Parts: sequence; C-alpha cells; structure tokens
Amino acid sequence: MLEADNLECVRGERRLFAGLGFRLKAGELLYLQGKNGSGKTSLLRMLIGLLPPEAGEIRWKGQSIKSDDFRADLCYLGHLNAIKEELTPLENLLAAARLADEELSDDDALDALEQVGLAGREDLACKFLSQGQKRRVALARLVKEKRPLWILDEPFVALDVAAVDWLAGIISGHLQRGGLAVMTTHQLVDIPAGTVRELRLS
Amino acid sequence: MFKIITAVIGRDLKLAMRRQADIVSALFFFIIVVSLFPLGIGPEPDLLRKLAPGVLWVAALLATMLSLPRLFADDHRDGTLEQLALAPHPLGLVVTGKVIAHWLVSGLPLALVAPVLGIQFDLSADALIVLTFAILIGTPALSGIGAIGAALTLGLRGGGVLVSLLVLPLYIPVLIFGAGAVDATVTGLGGEGHLSLLAALTFASLGFAPWATAAALKIALE
Repeated sequence: MLEADNLECVRGERRLFAGLGFRLKAGELLYLQGKNGSGKTSLLRMLIGLLPPEAGEIRWKGQSIKSDDFRADLCYLGHLNAIKEELTPLENLLAAARLADEELSDDDALDALEQVGLAGREDLACKFLSQGQKRRVALARLVKEKRPLWILDEPFVALDVAAVDWLAGIISGHLQRGGLAVMTTHQLVDIPAGTVRELRLS
Repeated sequence: MFKIITAVIGRDLKLAMRRQADIVSALFFFIIVVSLFPLGIGPEPDLLRKLAPGVLWVAALLATMLSLPRLFADDHRDGTLEQLALAPHPLGLVVTGKVIAHWLVSGLPLALVAPVLGIQFDLSADALIVLTFAILIGTPALSGIGAIGAALTLGLRGGGVLVSLLVLPLYIPVLIFGAGAVDATVTGLGGEGHLSLLAALTFASLGFAPWATAAALKIALE
C-alpha cells in the first residue's frame, strides 16, 4: 500500500540518504532506526508530504501522495504534541478531530482520555499538565483513530513504563485491523502483533 | 468546504477568548494612538477634521500589524500548523478561516470603536458613518494581505520588524482609499467611489491572499 522508491534526501549541503526504498503492506509496521541526524525525521516528513524528496517517489495505494485523498488516510504524530496550551484536553481532542474532518463524539473523546489516564483532568487547561501528560493528550488521538496509515515520530518519548505498554497495545490493535504504521524510536519496544520490519539509516 | 473554515474560525476564536490580552492590547494601542493626536495638536477643529481620516487609518494599519506576527507563529511552535497542513483539505481554506478569525478579533473591534474616536476630531455624523463603514470593509484586506507577510516571515528571528517592512507598503492602497472615503465625505464629494474600490480590494485579497499564504506556509514547513 505504501511504496517508496529511490528516495534521496539532501539537507543543507549534506546528503542524508539516497536510493532508499521500501514497500509496506496492510498490517505491517516499519521501524526506522538510526543515529541522531541520520535523517529519520526527514524521511517521515517526506512520507507525509511536507518535505519534497530530492529524487524518487512515494505512492499510497498506487497514487502519488500529493492528493487530498492520501491525507484523509493519514494520521501523523510529530515530536511536537500539536496541542493548544489554552484549551483543555477534551477541547484539544475535539478540535483536532474536527480539523481533520473526523467524527468524534464527546463520549468517545472522554473515553480516549480515560484510557490514557487523564480521567478527571478533562477540564484543566493543558498548560497546567506535565510534559508526560501533554504527550498523553497527543496520544489520546490514536485511541479512536480509524485512518489506515499512522506515521509516528518518537511516540514513546516522555512516557512511563505503563504508558509505553499501553501504546504498544494500541499500535498492535491498529495493525491487527489491517492498518499500517511507520515509526522512529530509539528504544525498541516489542509490538506483539503484525509484521515488524526494520530500516536502518546510516 | 465551509465546514473546515468554520472549524478553524471556531478554534481560533476560542483561543482568542482564552488569551484576551492580545485583543485588548491591539485595541488599546489603536485608542491611545488616535487619542494622542487631538491632545498634541490642540483645539483646532478645522485642522483636526482634515487630519482625522489619515490618523485613524494609519493607527488601524499599525494596530493590525501588532497581532500579525502571532497569526501563525503559535501554531508553528506547538506543531498544530503541521496538523492543519495535513488535514484533508486545501491549505488555502484553512488559511481563509484563520484570516477571518484574525479579522473578527482585530479588525472588527477597531470598526466598533472608530466612531467614538472620530468624535474627538469633530467629524460630522455622515463622516463618522462612512469612517466606520470604511474600516469595517477595509480591515479584512489588511488581515488577508498581512497573512502573506506573517507566513513568509514564519520562524525567522526579528520576524516582527520584517513583517512591517514587507506588509506596510502593500497596505498603501487600502490606506489611500480608506482615508479617501472619509475625506471625500468631509469635503462633500461623497465617498461611494472610494468605498467600492475598498470593497474590491477586500474581495480580491480574501480571494487570492490565502492561497499565496498557503504556498508560503508550505515552504516554512519543509
């Protein structure tokens, strides 16, 4: 479903990688590994279409990723949380869903927040939350996420052990439903379901 | 199409309500700058009447400039801008929503206080009505054109100063026709022609500016 051919990335004067390609089918997870500065985040930004590759092509379901249809299938979680400090966790979730053109009821949003351990904090502005809790607000989006392609940049950062296990469970659930996921991480987390592939950038 | 625009407007208005200091400071800047002129010039009604349109419009331009650097900067910093760019809609529609929201919190309040401030310049009732109307239909153009500048300077150090250098020259037509409408009313020529041109500027900038802004934002996000 997701195919990348012959990708080349140049940042500034440096060529980070060239001739990179992979194919990812439904139910598969791609782990991107590599040192700091090896181009993991750049590759992710190419995959979501924000960074045009120097050379090569990325296709989703056989189509170029430049279309609006691709973005309707894509859920991206960057290393920034993309939450608004002034809004409450509940408002953040609902606003994010509305902007992404997804249906999310109040009950579903509350349920998602309860799953990430923020029950009772739904009505507290996010600026009063800790770093880890803010990350959880961002991750709560994934609980009810139905879009088939997840691209996650360091999703396990700032999470405690229990939350890492919970997130691994959410990702396996997604793969079992036939979803695809691409993620970068420094800590190898065991994802119980799906086919795990690895790509090492160096 | 309208769903995404209203979603963006709703979110931005809610954020603005939680952060009222931004709205209030631009509004007070406008009120204070305009009020300083009669105090500085003294009780000379003829001179004040002549100065009024220019002073009010220049103050309106500067007050709009104040809030421009933050138009996209906050969303850029916390990663929401990426999510907006990845929404399954053309980015230009998202920007249209942001421009309208910016006008509602920065341009509309200026139009509402303008008639009160105009009294200090001894403007006639007719001139006050035209002034309010001109600011009402001219400020959306300021938000639209300003969005291009805000997007081009996104992520740059000293972006605020750069926005002024970039955007103020582009504001000149709005200033000329906006002040001209009031001036023409004061001198008895009638301001309809100026107002039509002002409305044309607003429609043109609301139609084109969001797409130019979207292109600039995509470059900033690379």
